[in-house]
Amino acid sequence: MRQINCECGHVNPEGTVLCESCGKPVEGNQHIDGNEGEQLLNMRYDGTARRSQTYNRTVVDKVWNFFSSVKVGVWLIVTTVIASAVGTIFPQEMYIPPNVDPATHYQDQFGLLGQIYYQLGFHNLFTSWWYMILLAMIGISIIIASIDRFFPLYKILKKQKPKRHETFMKKQRVFGRTESEDVDIERFKQNLKKQRFKIFEQDGHLLAEKNRFARWGPYVNHIGLIVFLIGALLRFVPALYIDEFVWVREGETAVISGTEGKYYIENKDFILETYDENDERFQDAIQNQGAPIPKNFQTDAVIYERVDDIVPGKEPELEVLKEASAKMNQPIKFEEFALYQASYQLNEFSEMTFKIHDKEDEDTNYGEFTVDLTDPKTEYELGNGYNVVIENYYPEYEMNDGRPVSVSKFPKNPAFVFNLYPPGESEPETSFLGIGANIDASGDNQYKLGLVNFDVRDVTGLTVKKDYTLPIIALGGAIFMIGVIQGMYWNHRRIWLQPKENGVWIAGHTNKNWFALRRDIGKAVEGTRIEEPVDQFEMKS
Amino acid sequence: MKESTLKKKQKRLIFRSAMLLVMAGLVVFAVVSSLGGEDAVIAKGEKAPNFQLKKFGTDETVDLRDLEGKGVMLNFWATYCEPCKDEMPYMEELYDKYENQGVEILAINLDSTDIVVERFLQEYGLTFPILRDESGQVMDLYQIGPIPTSIFINPEGEIVEQVRGALTLSKLDGYLQQITPE
Amino acid sequence: MVDMLTISSNLLYASFFLYLIATFFFGGTIRDREKGSSQMAGNIGIVITIIGFLSQAGYFFTRWSASGHAPVSNLFEYTTFFGMMLVLAFIVLYFIYHVNWLGLFALPVALLLIAFASMFPTELSPLVPSLQSHWLYIHVTTASLGQGILSVSFVAGLIFLIRQVDQTNKSKHTSWLEFVLYVLVATIAFIIISTTFSAMEYEATFQAPVNGQEAEITYELPAIVGPASGELLSTEAMSPLFSAPEWMKGQDAAKKLNTFLWSIFGGVALYGLLRLLLRKRIAASIQPMLKRVNPELVDEVAYRAVAIGFPIFTLGALIFAMIWAQQAWDRFWGWDPKEVWALITFFFYAAYLHLRLSRGWQGTKSAWLAVGGFGIIMFNLIVVNLVISGLHSYA
Repeated sequence: MRQINCECGHVNPEGTVLCESCGKPVEGNQHIDGNEGEQLLNMRYDGTARRSQTYNRTVVDKVWNFFSSVKVGVWLIVTTVIASAVGTIFPQEMYIPPNVDPATHYQDQFGLLGQIYYQLGFHNLFTSWWYMILLAMIGISIIIASIDRFFPLYKILKKQKPKRHETFMKKQRVFGRTESEDVDIERFKQNLKKQRFKIFEQDGHLLAEKNRFARWGPYVNHIGLIVFLIGALLRFVPALYIDEFVWVREGETAVISGTEGKYYIENKDFILETYDENDERFQDAIQNQGAPIPKNFQTDAVIYERVDDIVPGKEPELEVLKEASAKMNQPIKFEEFALYQASYQLNEFSEMTFKIHDKEDEDTNYGEFTVDLTDPKTEYELGNGYNVVIENYYPEYEMNDGRPVSVSKFPKNPAFVFNLYPPGESEPETSFLGIGANIDASGDNQYKLGLVNFDVRDVTGLTVKKDYTLPIIALGGAIFMIGVIQGMYWNHRRIWLQPKENGVWIAGHTNKNWFALRRDIGKAVEGTRIEEPVDQFEMKS
Repeated sequence: MKESTLKKKQKRLIFRSAMLLVMAGLVVFAVVSSLGGEDAVIAKGEKAPNFQLKKFGTDETVDLRDLEGKGVMLNFWATYCEPCKDEMPYMEELYDKYENQGVEILAINLDSTDIVVERFLQEYGLTFPILRDESGQVMDLYQIGPIPTSIFINPEGEIVEQVRGALTLSKLDGYLQQITPE
Repeated sequence: MVDMLTISSNLLYASFFLYLIATFFFGGTIRDREKGSSQMAGNIGIVITIIGFLSQAGYFFTRWSASGHAPVSNLFEYTTFFGMMLVLAFIVLYFIYHVNWLGLFALPVALLLIAFASMFPTELSPLVPSLQSHWLYIHVTTASLGQGILSVSFVAGLIFLIRQVDQTNKSKHTSWLEFVLYVLVATIAFIIISTTFSAMEYEATFQAPVNGQEAEITYELPAIVGPASGELLSTEAMSPLFSAPEWMKGQDAAKKLNTFLWSIFGGVALYGLLRLLLRKRIAASIQPMLKRVNPELVDEVAYRAVAIGFPIFTLGALIFAMIWAQQAWDRFWGWDPKEVWALITFFFYAAYLHLRLSRGWQGTKSAWLAVGGFGIIMFNLIVVNLVISGLHSYA
């Protein structure tokens, strides 16, 4: 490895652009930071040797250097931005209505473009392997670029000396010469100290520096991003992350999915409140909406723990763990799980009451009976000689080739075939009863059954979550915020003073906010007879 | 001088390679996990998870564990499932023959009310044991999607085959033979 | 209650006019060559701006007390608040840099936003359960403040471009700059057209199929484009020149397209008129006013605004958003269009910072990026809400 001996006596590693100690431009290396023919020095990383720019021999080095490049990083970001934007043109698959076939949905809703969108797989863009790889590559780029820049920068800021080379001084953006016999350097130092600059001295040369820690901001925030990404990655470990769903009907107790049969939930009541349409404040909005606006979704629940050996299917022994309500924004939390109010279905039938009357006269009444739809009995004795037998029950009936069939087990549209035995008769009268259907099977029935009352119940849908990755993700977010604030709200500023036979030279550098730096210098030279330096930078349009 | 440079170079290469390998590993892990979906507990060759359900119309319970040594067929079905209606008679037809050879057919019903099951059994004249899984726990345990789904378990308690959709008589016969004890 | 609402809207009007007056004072600072009187005008300008801001804050809190929740829950309220945050960001940067020219451009953009906001329904709307959380205020206000500060970067970028782009020859720069100014002009045209027709109480009702069912759709602007297979019911209304294509299916899709077309054409007319009057490019006509403005300072203000705004935006629009989403929807991130566009904004400004810090993109390049960033923010506000709907859809 070639090493570079500077005239100040410092030995610099290969690839150095500005001497680590005195800042003198190293001959033959100025092209690296584009300093050739420029009036000002590029002060990026203080001209230190970045490894990515220096070693490029093996495949490993080539891959490493690819990810180390900020240009590559920006391209990765641009690609991700474009891909993400494409992903919002049409809804992602997770946001289309359930129970529709995506293959036809996109075409039906969005035409040819929708179909192309679907066929290219953009309907699942954010969970696609290539989008994940894109994000992962950004992550890798962050890690490698940070490693390659942090260590050299850290070293050079440690090694820097107050005594700078003349060329270095002259080629700083903020630079000024003062020719005067009596400059007050002590005053200058005092002024700087008042502004919380740290002063380093070497043979009368001064270096005043503040907020060096701001330079670590980018690396801190990159660490935060990496921690965040690792947290997100850990969600693929089943032991750390569970995302399940459970439906529970009012009055029922169901096992909570994802808990391996250990916890049960009883839905005592599901509450849906809407805003009062007579509320003066919101009248207009509710009218414009044309439908009630919901105010609250809530499940009053009891959480149970199973205390016997867990054998699925076996009648469990349950102990109350807690009673709680799940609302939007207020999940029920127990042990490591959380239950979120996520969905509901209103008004599933739970009970129906029928009465027997004359076919021709609805006002007659030969007795009533109530069918519990969760567990209908086969036979109902009305006590006055009338008997009703449920010949068949269809929880959600549909007609199929002229025959009633049930399409699910849920009493959403219940129908019955009843056999009515009038007192003393052994031949029943058969009729079919459903919502909006009351069919006399033989056509010569004397009696008729009529629905007089019904009860409904609601079903609540809760998401079951266990998430041990949240603290890691939160930690990543916090570190990121600390890092950006550190890097953005503080600026690293340095001011050099070089004594000359007839006066002093002053130069200043900051990584951002030059006006503020000049203000600092302005205050520092007050009363010292040092002239305020000028900004040598000229904006090219 | 030269030696230390070489050493440095080597160290750098090892460090870079290790970092790249770890990161590549994490990426592969993420992609594979996201594509792989859920791990199948219910796969050929896996031990069939135990459960306990009541036999319909009785207070008797059936423990899958107690049936080790016998071949077991689990059939998940419901009265509202049309294809189930087609295959039930085949099970009825083969039940007696295989029961004598040490194969148990357990039809696990997923309905929520007894009456529909009772009427169904009357209509189809079914006599083999029907288990009721009202809460759907066993269905979840076996990760059953669409019904009917049948699972064939050999006398060692391992899953031999999982069949989604209705079976024909000859296919059913073939699978039952596979799990008949020697 | 209703009285409170009246007070509230009066305060909003007041702040609108105060910002307008302040703009003229800042305008005075540019023309005046005398340093003393120019500084005087600047001081008056900033004082009026602050009074305007306080008045708008008054609007905000009175409306809050009238509705019982922070007024950031629909498009009108949010956009108004965004304008207010832009003003706040301007005030903050004014006190850092003491630059009057910033006010001359920042306040008109804020005025435009507030006027634009009032084109949306302004009635109080109740909060649906998912929005009932303290995180609504925390998330929305912080995100909006971040966007407001980032918008100042756009304002400074625009000033930079008007100041620096060579107007002697037509170039890509001049054309794009005119396009940006055209968009601002089209927004003004949209506001004028909407206000005019709503003052005339214009209505045209159509009957058209929406998702397979016949529905009534009421236009507040004369229909250039009618709903697909729609039938005009109003007798005195203009019949549409053509119908929207069949694939535009949403309830108001055709109506939105119609409004959009009106804005485009209105913008062309207004822009054309300006060009006729000025006889040169709009940017070329403004350029002489900015001759005395130091471009390096403009560039630094634009950059500083990003440096201040980026962390606040990240905190509000991503981190607080994630905390809330975790609570309300059990996942901190769901790839909802609004979330994705917030992420795009984040990525975009991250790229801005990397390009500036590591690749030396300053001046013109950086200014164009600032304009693009504002484009993304406005896209997220308008297009995502009105066209691409999701969980965040206000309209």
